[in-house]
Amino acid sequence: MAKFLNHCSPSSEKNQTAGKNGKSITIALAGNANVGKSVIFNQLTGSGQIIGNWPGKTVELAKGKLHFEDYEIDIVDLPGIYSFSTYSFEELVSRDYIALEKPDVVINVVDASVLERNLYFTIQLKEMEVPLVVCLNQIDMAKKKGIVIDSEKLQSLLGVPVVSTVAVRGEGLRELIEVAVEVAQNKNSIEKNPIRYSTEVEERIEKLAGFIESQGISSSFPSRWVAIKLLEDDPEVKKMVGSKSEAVINLSKTLADEIESIYQEPCFSVIISERYSVANRIANSVQKQTEMKASLSERIDQIVMHRVLGHVVSVLVIGGLLLWTFFVGNFLSDILSQVFGFFQPIDPKVRGPFLAILWNGAFGGIVAGITLVIPFVIPFYMMLTVIEDSGILTRIAFMMDSLMHKIGLHGKALIPLILGYGCNVPAIYTTRILETRRERLLASLAITFAPCSARTIVILGLVAVFVSIQWAMALYIIDLMIIFIVGRFAFKALPGETTGLIMEIHSFRVPSLKVVANQTWTRTKSIIYIVFPIYVIGSAAVQGLYAFGILGPISDFMSPLTVMWLGLPSIAGILLIFGTVRKEYILLLLTAIYGTDLSSVLTPVQFIVLALIGMLYIPCVSTITILSKEFGWRSATMISLANFITAILIGGIFYRILTFIF
Amino acid sequence: MPGKDKLSENVEEYLEVLYRLSRTEERVSTSVIARNLRIAPASVTQMLKKLEANGYIEYSPYKGANLTEKGLKIAKKITRRHRLLERFLHDVLKIKKDKVHEQACEMEHSLSDEAERALCQLLKHPDRCPDDYEPIPPCDLKFTTCEECLKKRSEEISKIGMRGQNLFPLIELKKGDTGKIVFIRGGHKMIRRLLDMGITPNAVIKIIETSPFKGPVEISVRGSNLALGHSIAANVFVEVINNELEASDHG
Repeated sequence: MAKFLNHCSPSSEKNQTAGKNGKSITIALAGNANVGKSVIFNQLTGSGQIIGNWPGKTVELAKGKLHFEDYEIDIVDLPGIYSFSTYSFEELVSRDYIALEKPDVVINVVDASVLERNLYFTIQLKEMEVPLVVCLNQIDMAKKKGIVIDSEKLQSLLGVPVVSTVAVRGEGLRELIEVAVEVAQNKNSIEKNPIRYSTEVEERIEKLAGFIESQGISSSFPSRWVAIKLLEDDPEVKKMVGSKSEAVINLSKTLADEIESIYQEPCFSVIISERYSVANRIANSVQKQTEMKASLSERIDQIVMHRVLGHVVSVLVIGGLLLWTFFVGNFLSDILSQVFGFFQPIDPKVRGPFLAILWNGAFGGIVAGITLVIPFVIPFYMMLTVIEDSGILTRIAFMMDSLMHKIGLHGKALIPLILGYGCNVPAIYTTRILETRRERLLASLAITFAPCSARTIVILGLVAVFVSIQWAMALYIIDLMIIFIVGRFAFKALPGETTGLIMEIHSFRVPSLKVVANQTWTRTKSIIYIVFPIYVIGSAAVQGLYAFGILGPISDFMSPLTVMWLGLPSIAGILLIFGTVRKEYILLLLTAIYGTDLSSVLTPVQFIVLALIGMLYIPCVSTITILSKEFGWRSATMISLANFITAILIGGIFYRILTFIF
Repeated sequence: MPGKDKLSENVEEYLEVLYRLSRTEERVSTSVIARNLRIAPASVTQMLKKLEANGYIEYSPYKGANLTEKGLKIAKKITRRHRLLERFLHDVLKIKKDKVHEQACEMEHSLSDEAERALCQLLKHPDRCPDDYEPIPPCDLKFTTCEECLKKRSEEISKIGMRGQNLFPLIELKKGDTGKIVFIRGGHKMIRRLLDMGITPNAVIKIIETSPFKGPVEISVRGSNLALGHSIAANVFVEVINNELEASDHG
């Protein structure tokens, strides 16, 4: 099979990253979105990396370790990208990583069922002259489409080892690593054998590359690559070279003009077209379409992407996801709190010795997390994984594109928004898949209004139990409407251009049980890591402050707002302060003070208004933390203020309207 | 000859109206044209016959008229000039939205190719007119992108040459249509994003799915499927290969 290098040579002295014993290797996984990089990463490292059937998940570089024979291998999962231009954050990150960190070998994961598009990226990796192995993944998916690929031939055309795999089943991964290790060991003796462009372009690339070398411009990038990028008019590379040599820039301009007059097309588009035509040529000569099958995926698409039915399906899927979370979460939460209630009550404590209060706060934080957050988050993430891994989420993003444009975003922004229904914190991270800072900000604002698991608990605990399930549902719908209205205001208030949607749509696939289980656990784990510490410390601190008698005056100070404007009892001030740590505290504290039967304490109107305020009034501490980390404290404050003002306005209006209804 | 000028301006006006009306219905009836041009139906019929004789339209007295390829080409050009002028009057001269239409109607017939191009560059290749947000058809110059046009600012139009065929934006194609990418309108960044995704000049695309409410279009290009938002798909222009579009236009 793919044995390019027959024996391991002794590691060379120049091998910097190989370490003292020569047994440590860094492998980077690179490739388009949704080709199975993350699945391979998980299979190899065992650690959970989020996988889904939608483009662009790996927004931060995920790293993991693999022990293979005598080697200690660091594996880095790069974001899924299509090109090494610098128009997105993810492309820039990947390019810099490969050029500056110099991994020992790059495994280019390629989706065998869409070979041509994937090879476009492979060619660019070859241009960067990195030690490369091509992993021809999802050959089973290709077979289903009736495509058979001659991997030996692909190997000889590309001039790099090619290994066929089916990553979800672990097939071919051992061989992949073996080959990658061999390439890494011999990385200094690898032939460059670049992929040639057509004569007119190739001549000029070589001329420019030669000139760059003669000018002695040292950079982390190979000179041929720099030459190509200059002809492509890449702004970053132009800046980098321009600061060292004007002559190179001038020559590149002359050469680009020559290419333009030959092809009657701008030089950058000539180069891109050429690269694609090389990809096309290779793809066509190595793959055989044995039969044209109208795949099951296409037939499902007839419904899911249908002009009318598609919207119905979208609403059903999103609604179903929320209902599922609502009911399964409630069920699990009941069971868990009975179990924990058996050991120790988890009510917030506000009287007694100071240390006991702190301990109670911290412990309460942990237990509340386990009994309240986990039961809602796990079923939510499970179902979400099924939805995204199967590919339905991409279709929903497609169907919702025009609606999302009304709030200044495009269809892809739906993905972080839906993620926000589980927990806002990872959702705000995920906004990095969007193109501009403005869009990320708009999406994050919308996310802070999304009814996350904690808000769901407040709605359930206050309204579903003491008013009616219909009113709880109504609050959910009201929340969705508020997201839309606030989003629209923000869109008008924040000037800027809206980016259009460009998104690859992959074939449907049956989500594997392993992937679903793995990913649900990873996401739940990340919430435990991010949210729990703040949760525990915060609840201890707030209870401590209360015990010191600091919160009482603040609550009294707030009473014009809480009592007069919102019609709530004066205790609401304290509830809301506690609620900034975690929204569930509103409910917990209330039961701690008044016992479990709250129906004698609050009127139905007060239940609804309190739930509404609790839902909207401020993002929780964890969310504010992530907001200021991502956008700076100024934006975090603005978003929190927007939440607060919306809550007070809506709460007051509802209090007055509801008084007539009840 | 002043008489001939008068006629061609009249022809342009007819074709422009037919183009606008044919976007909502396949064949435009004589009475609808008469109402729109505020001319008696009898003289409209006469003019339509003349247009048919010149090969601009297909016309049958009871069904109505529709544009031929030749007529469509002129209609698009004059519509483009009209809407570009509207943008200019509105954006640069700050004339109110409800006033720009009439003025543009007067000016459109005398605009030269050079002025049209300069206007488009000045306004940064706009894609919609200001008053009713109707799309501005692309220019006829043999460019693949707007960037090329800007770069060759000094080059004479006669040197650049004109496109022969009619171009259609992706949003005007139907499910199952195929086309060859000829021209992409837009700024630097958008063009790069599209090219990197394989939407390059001469690439062949097929429409997989369209969506209502200005939703995105799903196309197949280079062996994979892509969703393009409405605003992007409106600025990617193709030459239709399958002839289905024409066939349906001709009834």
